[in-house]
Amino acid sequence: MLYGYAGKLIDINLSTEKISTVSLNKKILKKWFGGRGLGTYILWKELGHKWEYVDPLGEENILLILTGPLTGYYPGIKTAVIAKSPESNGVVGSVLSSEVSIELKAAGYDGIIIRGKADTPKYILIHNDYIELKDASKYWGKRGSEFLREVMKDVYHEISEREKGRGLPKEPAIMYIGPGGENKVRFASVMAKWVHAAGYGGYGAVMGAKNLKAIVVKGTGALPPIADPEKFKSLLKEIYQKLFGAVTFRAWGTGAGGYSVGAVSSSEPIRNWQEEWHNNHEISVVNFESKVWIKRFWGDYGCPITCMKISYVKYGKYKGAFSDAPDYELMAYMGTNLGIFEPEKIVYLSWLVDEYGLDGINTGNILGYIAELFERGIITKDELDGIEPRWGDADAFAKLIELIINRRGIGDIFAEGIYRASIKLSEFKNKDLTKYAVQVKGIGVGAHGIRSKLDYTGPISYAVAVQGGDHTSAASLPARSPQGELNAIFNDSAVICSFTSWIGFDKLMEFTQSITGWKITQDDWVNEIGLRILHLQRILLLLGGPDVYWDPRIHDDNPPRFYEPLPSGPQKGAAASKEEVEKLKKRYYEEIGYDEYGIPKIEVLKNLGLVDAIKAVERIKSRLGIQ
Amino acid sequence: MSKSEQVRRIWILADPLRCSGCRLCEVACTLKHENTIWPEASRIRVFEYIPGINVPQICVQCSDYPCVNACPTKALSVNEETGAVIVNEEKCISCGLCIKACPGKVPRIPKGKKSVVICDLCNGDPECVKVCQEAGYNALSIVTGHYRKVFETYAINPIERSKFIAMKQYGWEVI
Repeated sequence: MLYGYAGKLIDINLSTEKISTVSLNKKILKKWFGGRGLGTYILWKELGHKWEYVDPLGEENILLILTGPLTGYYPGIKTAVIAKSPESNGVVGSVLSSEVSIELKAAGYDGIIIRGKADTPKYILIHNDYIELKDASKYWGKRGSEFLREVMKDVYHEISEREKGRGLPKEPAIMYIGPGGENKVRFASVMAKWVHAAGYGGYGAVMGAKNLKAIVVKGTGALPPIADPEKFKSLLKEIYQKLFGAVTFRAWGTGAGGYSVGAVSSSEPIRNWQEEWHNNHEISVVNFESKVWIKRFWGDYGCPITCMKISYVKYGKYKGAFSDAPDYELMAYMGTNLGIFEPEKIVYLSWLVDEYGLDGINTGNILGYIAELFERGIITKDELDGIEPRWGDADAFAKLIELIINRRGIGDIFAEGIYRASIKLSEFKNKDLTKYAVQVKGIGVGAHGIRSKLDYTGPISYAVAVQGGDHTSAASLPARSPQGELNAIFNDSAVICSFTSWIGFDKLMEFTQSITGWKITQDDWVNEIGLRILHLQRILLLLGGPDVYWDPRIHDDNPPRFYEPLPSGPQKGAAASKEEVEKLKKRYYEEIGYDEYGIPKIEVLKNLGLVDAIKAVERIKSRLGIQ
Repeated sequence: MSKSEQVRRIWILADPLRCSGCRLCEVACTLKHENTIWPEASRIRVFEYIPGINVPQICVQCSDYPCVNACPTKALSVNEETGAVIVNEEKCISCGLCIKACPGKVPRIPKGKKSVVICDLCNGDPECVKVCQEAGYNALSIVTGHYRKVFETYAINPIERSKFIAMKQYGWEVI
């Protein structure tokens, strides 16, 4: 008997329009769990043998929408989106706040495998056993909120018709892309509920490349059976009590960070990371609360904290713009990194990226990069279609965003993402412009700098991480501990929210047992299950291709900017040190089971039951000329 | 005042402006009634037809109980103490006539459930209210008193209601 799982995935081929379901067996699920873990395994099984040749934006890429064993039961749900990433060319386990996962489980599925490419724009409609590919031509090109309004009306009507005689159904859950994804901007996100995004990974572009506008799901059944309902109920009560106590997190969400990460931790990106300290009260949470928050507490299914807010500008030039808090990451990337500190402007730019379906982190990262090149006179107004991106000028940045999503002129280069754009611009300008790009493995670094050492991130957090610049999956030492990457892998594979899962790892394991019936210890996770997922992800990252490959000897490193001393604030002078990074990197490799070059060791793979991945390691070594 | 109106009853007062959309009420409801989590079988359901507009929908125990009167098999009855509509699952044939009769479209027959589900007020001590209060949202409260006629006016379609709230919260452009 399988508990916590439906035991079934939907398998849709957009090219042939064939729809089927596949069963999942217990052995596989015990080994790969769900979400990021299961997704990595499926991609490896299906594409591993030809990984280097699979174009992330080609027909052969496979997009996975996955739940995990704890999704829907553990307080605070997420939905996982996984594919070969057009940013890192490896696998990025990306999650977003969306009820698609709970609707899938209530419909009797653990996830969806999406293959091929539709001839014309389509969306997937799942209503219990009813699964259909539907025409999305009339929605193509629409911005997020406009699309959602129209599609909700259409599908709600259809679902209600099918539920006739059974009463009024609640609305279905919908995840979708905006024009950014449609135009295959490599940092386009998969969106839900206007403002929620699976940003890292660039999977909006994968959906766009497949001509897939949206996935709509309505399940009306019960969640899959629970192994020990009584234990589950008592644990739930205990966890609620703990999470109800998160007073400031409920009050502010991550929104207090806009001020404090700069003022207190000196680790906030400012003007393309030229600085990381500020003491500007304008961006304080009190101003967001006072000026723009019209809903103070907002959460997704089963969340006891509800850290999200809704911001809505009701006056002035940016009237009509809305966003969530915005969260800290966008306060930084739609704010400080662009030299912007005013709440209304930050909400305005956050609104634009959400409406266009772009990852706000990677958008703000590349906008900061462009503005620095402009400031340095390397790139001119003429080259930027007449736009002059000066620090603090929200309108200029808005115009740049439009240039990018439409891939107009030089926007076409920026739409390729920070890493690829910086290489291309270096070629054009015949000088090294990659040194201003604050990215790791093709992914713009999240808004938590490492120089001050006052944030949760450290010297190798991004450098060795299998998801590069992704701040939600930062590496830490000791490597084999329920922190850092192995902790992120748990949250992303159980598919729960990392803002509600801080109840202690043993307690999480106890909870897992109450749902699945599986007794898994912390040791099992860090030395086996989690580690296995990490190693397989690492192999796929290092296989890379076809347009971008990584050499850990070069790319397991910080952006050059992090080696420059901080120019201001109480931590002035602080910088990452090459020696320290090298030392910690060596330690990380040893502890996690990589060889001196950062490649998974053969004996470790054997111990993890990844014997069939050894050939892939040989492919990596031969490309790198390592024996 | 008719006799039925004089009886002091309890109601669940649901305030969409205080509702966070956390749906702990739905979790609590179905854990109690179905021993699992089952969003569509929850006797209280929070609609979010428009993002950020969270509208809890629940039975308001109309004075004339149109659902009870519409039931052809007498599967529905009224608990005289609490005023709640009680479903006899054995007798219910899932015909849906109670849903048709309900002005707020509250009763629900979700897939996999062989009978209709309607709020039974947890015999006077509703789990949904408890968890909402413990969580500190206070979007749900218990009220006692002669509010029957007022509560009856809350029996409206939650989708239509969410459009009104959205117009107020965001402006008409959004709907």
